[in-house]
Amino acid sequence: MDNKKIDYLIEKHNSEASSLIQILLDIQSENHWLPKEALERVSEKLQIPLTRTMHIASFYKAFSLVPKGRHEVHICMGTACHVRGAKRVLETVEDLTGIKPGETDVDMKFSLETVNCLGCCALGPVIEINGKTHGKISVSETAEVLNSYK
Amino acid sequence: MKIINLNIDGKIIKANEGMTVLEAAQSAGIFIPKLCHHEKLIPFGGCRLCIVEIDAGGWTKLVVSCVYQAEANMVVKTRSEKIDRIRKTILELLLAHAPNSLALQELAHEYGADKNRFEKEASFCVHCGLCVRYCSEVKKLNAVGFIDRGINKEISFIPEIAAKECNSCKECFPLCPTSYLQAVFVLTEALSFPEH
Ligand code: SF4
Ligand code: FES
Repeated sequence: MDNKKIDYLIEKHNSEASSLIQILLDIQSENHWLPKEALERVSEKLQIPLTRTMHIASFYKAFSLVPKGRHEVHICMGTACHVRGAKRVLETVEDLTGIKPGETDVDMKFSLETVNCLGCCALGPVIEINGKTHGKISVSETAEVLNSYK
Repeated sequence: MKIINLNIDGKIIKANEGMTVLEAAQSAGIFIPKLCHHEKLIPFGGCRLCIVEIDAGGWTKLVVSCVYQAEANMVVKTRSEKIDRIRKTILELLLAHAPNSLALQELAHEYGADKNRFEKEASFCVHCGLCVRYCSEVKKLNAVGFIDRGINKEISFIPEIAAKECNSCKECFPLCPTSYLQAVFVLTEALSFPEH
């Protein structure tokens, strides 16, 4: 991500220090992660100590300080999904992608995260890929859905 | 400045309006244990060791003296069975993280805290924030900060700033109640700027 793009996102929020989280969220959704150079640029432009920016960027799970894959897979492990077999879905995804929650594969194709509720318990077990929800998913469907992402 | 009277442990003392209970006690030579408080820093209220009892019209209320403002005619107790019990538990929890901290051991002796009560959790840092706040508020350098949250919260130096500033300062080192701050600095130095 180049500085021009970052500066644009900062100016969109009038370079206000109080918009720090919003700016970081914008960079996160544009770039899928927050590189060190981006955090430094934001700190400098908003005149916020880098320690503060780092504290916030490492505090919220919505931010990633490591590169993410092209497709972000979120598997719900909440109570409803859990009793409907979320564990088996997770194991299938782990087997197919070769990664554990919190990791990204070497080809930067998938990043895997578990979440504790996606808010649609009636659809359990649920996985979400790039924001698209796949409900009532079975183990065999899991493989199919993952394969459909290039 | 207005002078107010308050009663601490049965002694009537005078304090300036706007002082915290801890400051009022200290100015009268009354000891209240503390860990995260430092006179040069904005009160933090993190460790809760300075907890005291105040009389709130017939019943007692527990307040954190380093952040609670002294009021006229307030009645404060700095020790009681209840306070001692709370301080003992806080110390035991902190000692599970830093069993060899001298500051903690001294207080543990006073309050009969057992450093082996809770399973050891060798994180060493007790999150008092003295290093982080001193660097930011007094030195305005922000070379060290907190990262992550909850039980994973830890201190972290910004290598570029630390390389330039820390070796000629190190004023935060003696503030740390454990040796963790020094350890993290040495590690940062070894990894990021060994040639300095
Ligand atoms: S490193 Fe030491 S001074 Fe800094 S927060 Fe931890 S215990 Fe406190
Ligand atoms: S000294 Fe008051 S909370 Fe730590």
